[in-house]
Amino acid sequence: MNPFPRDDKPRAARLLAGFGRFWWDFLVGDTPEITLSVVGIVGVTALLRDVAHANVAAYVALVVLSVAALALSAARARSRRG
Amino acid sequence: MIGAVNGSTTAIVLVGAVFLAAAVEMVEALTIVLAVGHTRGWRTALEGTGVAVLALAALVAVLGPALVHVPLSVLRLVVGVVLLIFGLQWLRKAVLRSAGIKAKHDEDAIYAEMTARLAVTGERPPRDRVAFVVAFKGVFLEGLEIVVAVLTLGTSAHRLGLAATTAAVAVVVVALAGALVARQLSAVPENAMKMAVGIMLVSYGTFWTGEGLKVRWPGGDVMIAGLVVVYALASALVVRLLAPGAREPVGAPR
Repeated sequence: MNPFPRDDKPRAARLLAGFGRFWWDFLVGDTPEITLSVVGIVGVTALLRDVAHANVAAYVALVVLSVAALALSAARARSRRG
Repeated sequence: MIGAVNGSTTAIVLVGAVFLAAAVEMVEALTIVLAVGHTRGWRTALEGTGVAVLALAALVAVLGPALVHVPLSVLRLVVGVVLLIFGLQWLRKAVLRSAGIKAKHDEDAIYAEMTARLAVTGERPPRDRVAFVVAFKGVFLEGLEIVVAVLTLGTSAHRLGLAATTAAVAVVVVALAGALVARQLSAVPENAMKMAVGIMLVSYGTFWTGEGLKVRWPGGDVMIAGLVVVYALASALVVRLLAPGAREPVGAPR
Protein backbone atom coordinates (compact mmCIF):
# COMPACT_ATOMS: atom_id res chain seq x y z
CA MET A 1 0.00 0.00 0.00
CA ASN A 2 1.37 3.39 -0.99
CA PRO A 3 1.72 5.56 2.12
CA PHE A 4 1.78 8.67 -0.07
CA PRO A 5 -1.28 8.35 -2.31
CA ARG A 6 -1.50 10.83 -5.18
CA ASP A 7 -3.93 13.67 -4.70
CA ASP A 8 -6.27 13.13 -7.66
CA LYS A 9 -8.41 16.20 -7.00
CA PRO A 10 -8.51 18.75 -9.82
CA ARG A 11 -5.94 21.52 -9.54
CA ALA A 12 -8.64 24.16 -9.08
CA ALA A 13 -10.15 22.21 -6.18
CA ARG A 14 -6.75 21.88 -4.51
CA LEU A 15 -6.07 25.60 -4.94
CA LEU A 16 -9.50 26.45 -3.51
CA ALA A 17 -8.94 24.10 -0.58
CA GLY A 18 -5.52 25.66 0.04
CA PHE A 19 -7.00 29.16 -0.12
CA GLY A 20 -9.73 28.18 2.36
CA ARG A 21 -7.20 26.50 4.65
CA PHE A 22 -5.03 29.62 4.63
CA TRP A 23 -7.89 31.87 5.71
CA TRP A 24 -9.12 29.32 8.25
CA ASP A 25 -5.64 29.20 9.81
CA PHE A 26 -5.35 32.99 9.55
CA LEU A 27 -8.67 33.81 11.20
CA VAL A 28 -9.43 30.79 13.41
CA GLY A 29 -6.24 28.76 13.90
CA ASP A 30 -5.80 27.53 17.46
CA THR A 31 -7.87 30.33 18.98
CA PRO A 32 -11.48 29.71 17.86
CA GLU A 33 -12.66 31.44 21.05
CA ILE A 34 -11.31 34.76 19.74
CA THR A 35 -13.11 34.39 16.39
CA LEU A 36 -16.38 33.42 18.12
CA SER A 37 -15.97 36.27 20.61
CA VAL A 38 -15.49 38.83 17.83
CA VAL A 39 -18.59 37.54 16.01
CA GLY A 40 -20.53 37.95 19.27
CA ILE A 41 -19.03 41.40 19.90
CA VAL A 42 -20.10 42.57 16.42
CA GLY A 43 -23.61 41.24 17.06
CA VAL A 44 -23.94 42.96 20.45
CA THR A 45 -22.55 46.26 19.10
CA ALA A 46 -24.90 46.16 16.10
CA LEU A 47 -27.90 45.48 18.36
CA LEU A 48 -26.99 48.32 20.72
CA ARG A 49 -26.39 50.74 17.82
CA ASP A 50 -29.27 49.85 15.49
CA VAL A 51 -31.98 48.43 17.77
CA ALA A 52 -31.44 50.21 21.09
CA HIS A 53 -30.03 53.36 19.37
CA ALA A 54 -27.48 53.54 22.19
CA ASN A 55 -24.31 54.87 20.53
CA VAL A 56 -22.23 55.30 23.72
CA ALA A 57 -23.19 51.84 25.02
CA ALA A 58 -22.30 50.42 21.59
CA TYR A 59 -18.69 51.70 21.51
CA VAL A 60 -18.14 51.03 25.23
CA ALA A 61 -19.35 47.43 24.73
CA LEU A 62 -17.12 47.05 21.66
CA VAL A 63 -13.99 48.01 23.61
CA VAL A 64 -14.85 46.31 26.94
CA LEU A 65 -15.88 43.04 25.29
CA SER A 66 -12.70 43.03 23.14
CA VAL A 67 -10.57 43.41 26.29
CA ALA A 68 -12.63 40.63 27.93
CA ALA A 69 -12.07 38.37 24.89
CA LEU A 70 -8.31 38.95 25.12
CA ALA A 71 -8.24 38.26 28.87
CA LEU A 72 -10.41 35.13 28.63
CA SER A 73 -8.42 33.67 25.73
CA ALA A 74 -5.12 34.32 27.53
CA ALA A 75 -6.52 32.85 30.76
CA ARG A 76 -7.70 29.79 28.80
CA ALA A 77 -4.18 29.36 27.40
CA ARG A 78 -2.72 29.57 30.91
CA SER A 79 -5.15 26.98 32.29
CA ARG A 80 -4.41 24.64 29.36
CA ARG A 81 -0.71 24.86 30.17
CA GLY A 82 -1.48 23.95 33.78
CA MET B 1 -8.07 73.01 11.72
CA ILE B 2 -9.61 70.06 13.62
CA GLY B 3 -9.71 68.14 10.35
CA ALA B 4 -6.00 68.78 9.82
CA VAL B 5 -5.18 67.58 13.37
CA ASN B 6 -7.32 64.46 12.85
CA GLY B 7 -5.58 63.83 9.52
CA SER B 8 -2.07 64.07 10.96
CA THR B 9 -2.98 61.89 13.96
CA THR B 10 -4.33 59.23 11.60
CA ALA B 11 -1.18 59.45 9.46
CA ILE B 12 1.14 59.12 12.48
CA VAL B 13 -0.75 56.12 13.89
CA LEU B 14 -0.93 54.56 10.41
CA VAL B 15 2.82 54.99 9.79
CA GLY B 16 3.62 53.57 13.24
CA ALA B 17 1.34 50.56 12.85
CA VAL B 18 2.46 49.70 9.31
CA PHE B 19 6.16 50.26 10.06
CA LEU B 20 6.12 48.01 13.14
CA ALA B 21 4.00 45.31 11.48
CA ALA B 22 6.25 45.24 8.39
CA ALA B 23 9.43 45.31 10.48
CA VAL B 24 8.30 42.40 12.69
CA GLU B 25 7.35 40.24 9.69
CA MET B 26 10.55 41.23 7.87
CA VAL B 27 12.67 40.12 10.86
CA GLU B 28 10.98 36.70 10.74
CA ALA B 29 11.46 36.37 6.97
CA LEU B 30 15.06 37.52 7.27
CA THR B 31 15.77 34.82 9.87
CA ILE B 32 14.63 32.12 7.45
CA VAL B 33 16.55 33.56 4.49
CA LEU B 34 19.74 33.88 6.58
CA ALA B 35 19.42 30.26 7.73
CA VAL B 36 18.86 28.99 4.17
CA GLY B 37 21.60 31.18 2.69
CA HIS B 38 24.13 30.19 5.33
CA THR B 39 23.50 26.43 5.04
CA ARG B 40 22.51 25.87 1.40
CA GLY B 41 23.99 28.80 -0.44
CA TRP B 42 23.01 32.40 -0.95
CA ARG B 43 22.09 32.01 -4.61
CA THR B 44 19.15 29.66 -3.96
CA ALA B 45 18.07 31.62 -0.89
CA LEU B 46 17.99 34.84 -2.89
CA GLU B 47 16.22 33.13 -5.81
CA GLY B 48 13.50 31.91 -3.47
CA THR B 49 13.27 35.39 -1.97
CA GLY B 50 13.07 37.06 -5.38
CA VAL B 51 10.36 34.74 -6.70
CA ALA B 52 8.35 35.23 -3.49
CA VAL B 53 8.56 39.01 -3.89
CA LEU B 54 7.41 38.72 -7.54
CA ALA B 55 4.52 36.43 -6.52
CA LEU B 56 3.48 38.94 -3.85
CA ALA B 57 3.65 41.81 -6.35
CA ALA B 58 1.45 39.85 -8.77
CA LEU B 59 -1.03 39.10 -5.97
CA VAL B 60 -1.24 42.76 -5.03
CA ALA B 61 -1.65 43.77 -8.69
CA VAL B 62 -4.57 41.33 -9.07
CA LEU B 63 -6.32 41.71 -5.73
CA GLY B 64 -5.30 45.20 -4.62
CA PRO B 65 -7.55 47.27 -6.91
CA ALA B 66 -10.53 44.97 -6.21
CA LEU B 67 -10.61 46.17 -2.62
CA VAL B 68 -11.20 49.78 -3.71
CA HIS B 69 -14.56 48.94 -5.35
CA VAL B 70 -16.07 47.44 -2.21
CA PRO B 71 -18.61 49.79 -0.52
CA LEU B 72 -16.82 51.74 2.22
CA SER B 73 -18.96 50.73 5.21
CA VAL B 74 -18.78 47.05 4.20
CA LEU B 75 -15.02 47.39 3.66
CA ARG B 76 -14.60 49.02 7.07
CA LEU B 77 -16.60 46.27 8.77
CA VAL B 78 -14.76 43.43 7.00
CA VAL B 79 -11.36 45.07 7.55
CA GLY B 80 -12.22 45.89 11.15
CA VAL B 81 -13.35 42.35 11.99
CA VAL B 82 -10.29 40.78 10.29
CA LEU B 83 -7.96 43.22 12.06
CA LEU B 84 -9.71 42.71 15.40
CA ILE B 85 -9.44 38.90 15.18
CA PHE B 86 -5.85 38.98 13.86
CA GLY B 87 -4.84 41.68 16.35
CA LEU B 88 -6.36 39.86 19.33
CA GLN B 89 -4.56 36.65 18.29
CA TRP B 90 -1.30 38.59 17.95
CA LEU B 91 -1.77 40.50 21.22
CA ARG B 92 -2.70 37.30 23.08
CA LYS B 93 0.63 35.71 22.12
CA ALA B 94 2.57 38.81 23.18
CA VAL B 95 0.65 38.90 26.50
CA LEU B 96 1.35 35.20 27.14
CA ARG B 97 5.06 35.74 26.40
CA SER B 98 5.27 38.80 28.65
CA ALA B 99 3.49 36.88 31.43
CA GLY B 100 6.04 34.07 31.13
CA ILE B 101 3.39 31.53 30.09
CA LYS B 102 4.69 31.09 26.54
CA ALA B 103 8.36 30.88 25.56
CA LYS B 104 9.77 34.03 24.02
CA HIS B 105 10.23 33.82 20.24
CA ASP B 106 13.94 33.08 20.21
CA GLU B 107 15.37 33.98 16.79
CA ASP B 108 18.69 32.24 17.61
CA ALA B 109 16.81 29.00 18.39
CA ILE B 110 14.88 29.28 15.11
CA TYR B 111 18.14 29.87 13.25
CA ALA B 112 19.82 26.84 14.91
CA GLU B 113 16.77 24.62 14.30
CA MET B 114 16.55 25.65 10.66
CA THR B 115 20.31 25.15 10.21
CA ALA B 116 20.18 21.64 11.73
CA ARG B 117 17.10 20.67 9.69
CA LEU B 118 18.66 21.76 6.41
CA ALA B 119 22.00 20.14 7.24
CA VAL B 120 20.48 16.63 7.58
CA THR B 121 18.27 16.63 4.49
CA GLY B 122 20.88 14.70 2.47
CA GLU B 123 22.16 15.37 -1.02
CA ARG B 124 21.34 18.60 -2.68
CA PRO B 125 18.99 18.36 -5.62
CA PRO B 126 20.27 20.05 -8.82
CA ARG B 127 18.54 23.36 -8.10
CA ASP B 128 18.34 22.80 -4.33
CA ARG B 129 14.55 22.85 -4.32
CA VAL B 130 14.39 22.38 -0.56
CA ALA B 131 16.30 25.59 0.08
CA PHE B 132 14.32 27.41 -2.62
CA VAL B 133 10.95 26.32 -1.20
CA VAL B 134 11.96 27.11 2.38
CA ALA B 135 13.14 30.61 1.42
CA PHE B 136 10.12 31.16 -0.85
CA LYS B 137 7.62 29.98 1.76
CA GLY B 138 9.16 32.04 4.52
CA VAL B 139 9.32 35.24 2.50
CA PHE B 140 5.93 34.71 0.80
CA LEU B 141 4.00 34.02 4.00
CA GLU B 142 5.63 36.78 6.04
CA GLY B 143 5.37 39.11 3.05
CA LEU B 144 1.69 38.30 2.65
CA GLU B 145 1.12 39.40 6.22
CA ILE B 146 2.85 42.71 5.40
CA VAL B 147 0.64 43.06 2.29
CA VAL B 148 -2.52 42.37 4.32
CA ALA B 149 -1.48 44.96 6.91
CA VAL B 150 -0.67 47.54 4.20
CA LEU B 151 -3.88 46.95 2.22
CA THR B 152 -6.21 46.84 5.22
CA LEU B 153 -4.69 49.75 7.14
CA GLY B 154 -3.90 51.79 4.01
CA THR B 155 -7.27 51.47 2.26
CA SER B 156 -9.19 52.04 5.49
CA ALA B 157 -7.31 55.28 6.14
CA HIS B 158 -7.46 56.24 2.43
CA ARG B 159 -3.65 56.39 2.46
CA LEU B 160 -2.57 53.30 0.61
CA GLY B 161 0.45 55.08 -0.87
CA LEU B 162 1.66 56.20 2.56
CA ALA B 163 1.13 52.70 4.00
CA ALA B 164 2.96 51.04 1.08
CA THR B 165 5.86 53.52 1.29
CA THR B 166 6.12 53.02 5.06
CA ALA B 167 6.17 49.22 4.65
CA ALA B 168 8.82 49.50 1.91
CA VAL B 169 10.97 51.69 4.19
CA ALA B 170 10.56 49.18 7.05
CA VAL B 171 11.53 46.28 4.76
CA VAL B 172 14.62 48.14 3.49
CA VAL B 173 15.64 49.24 7.01
CA VAL B 174 15.36 45.69 8.40
CA ALA B 175 17.11 44.22 5.33
CA LEU B 176 20.00 46.67 5.75
CA ALA B 177 20.13 46.00 9.48
CA GLY B 178 20.03 42.26 8.78
CA ALA B 179 22.87 42.54 6.29
CA LEU B 180 24.93 44.43 8.88
CA VAL B 181 24.25 42.40 11.98
CA ALA B 182 23.41 39.05 10.26
CA ARG B 183 23.12 36.66 13.17
CA GLN B 184 22.45 39.22 15.89
CA LEU B 185 18.67 38.95 15.42
CA SER B 186 18.09 37.99 19.03
CA ALA B 187 19.09 41.52 20.00
CA VAL B 188 15.88 42.81 18.39
CA PRO B 189 13.33 43.33 21.18
CA GLU B 190 10.81 41.25 19.28
CA ASN B 191 8.16 40.77 21.94
CA ALA B 192 7.97 44.47 22.75
CA MET B 193 7.49 45.14 19.03
CA LYS B 194 4.87 42.41 18.78
CA MET B 195 3.02 43.80 21.79
CA ALA B 196 2.98 47.27 20.20
CA VAL B 197 1.85 45.89 16.83
CA GLY B 198 -0.91 43.84 18.49
CA ILE B 199 -2.16 46.90 20.39
CA MET B 200 -2.25 48.95 17.19
CA LEU B 201 -3.96 46.21 15.16
CA VAL B 202 -6.62 45.74 17.85
CA SER B 203 -7.10 49.52 18.11
CA TYR B 204 -7.57 49.87 14.35
CA GLY B 205 -9.78 46.76 14.29
CA THR B 206 -12.01 48.13 17.04
CA PHE B 207 -12.22 51.55 15.40
CA TRP B 208 -13.07 50.31 11.89
CA THR B 209 -15.49 47.65 13.20
CA GLY B 210 -17.31 50.47 14.99
CA GLU B 211 -17.20 52.65 11.86
CA GLY B 212 -18.55 49.77 9.77
CA LEU B 213 -21.42 49.37 12.25
CA LYS B 214 -22.10 53.17 12.02
CA VAL B 215 -20.92 53.84 15.57
CA ARG B 216 -20.00 57.52 16.09
CA TRP B 217 -16.67 57.66 17.95
CA PRO B 218 -16.04 60.65 20.23
CA GLY B 219 -13.33 62.79 18.57
CA GLY B 220 -13.50 60.91 15.27
CA ASP B 221 -10.17 59.47 14.09
CA VAL B 222 -8.36 60.89 17.15
CA MET B 223 -10.12 58.14 19.11
CA ILE B 224 -7.66 55.64 17.58
CA ALA B 225 -4.94 57.13 19.81
CA GLY B 226 -7.30 56.79 22.79
CA LEU B 227 -7.94 53.15 21.91
CA VAL B 228 -4.16 52.55 21.74
CA VAL B 229 -3.85 53.86 25.33
CA VAL B 230 -6.84 51.81 26.55
CA TYR B 231 -5.55 48.56 25.01
CA ALA B 232 -1.98 49.20 26.22
CA LEU B 233 -3.23 49.61 29.79
CA ALA B 234 -5.56 46.60 29.46
CA SER B 235 -2.72 44.43 28.09
CA ALA B 236 -0.42 45.46 30.95
CA LEU B 237 -3.19 44.57 33.42
CA VAL B 238 -3.80 41.16 31.81
CA VAL B 239 -0.03 40.42 31.85
CA ARG B 240 0.06 41.34 35.55
CA LEU B 241 -2.96 39.16 36.37
CA LEU B 242 -1.69 36.16 34.40
CA ALA B 243 1.97 36.21 35.45
CA PRO B 244 2.89 33.08 37.45
CA GLY B 245 2.24 33.61 41.16
CA ALA B 246 -0.14 36.49 40.53
CA ARG B 247 -2.97 34.66 42.28
CA GLU B 248 -0.85 33.41 45.16
CA PRO B 249 -0.82 35.64 48.25
CA VAL B 250 2.62 36.68 49.49
CA GLY B 251 3.94 34.15 52.02
CA ALA B 252 1.46 31.43 51.02
CA PRO B 253 2.82 27.89 51.47
CA ARG B 254 3.90 26.21 48.20
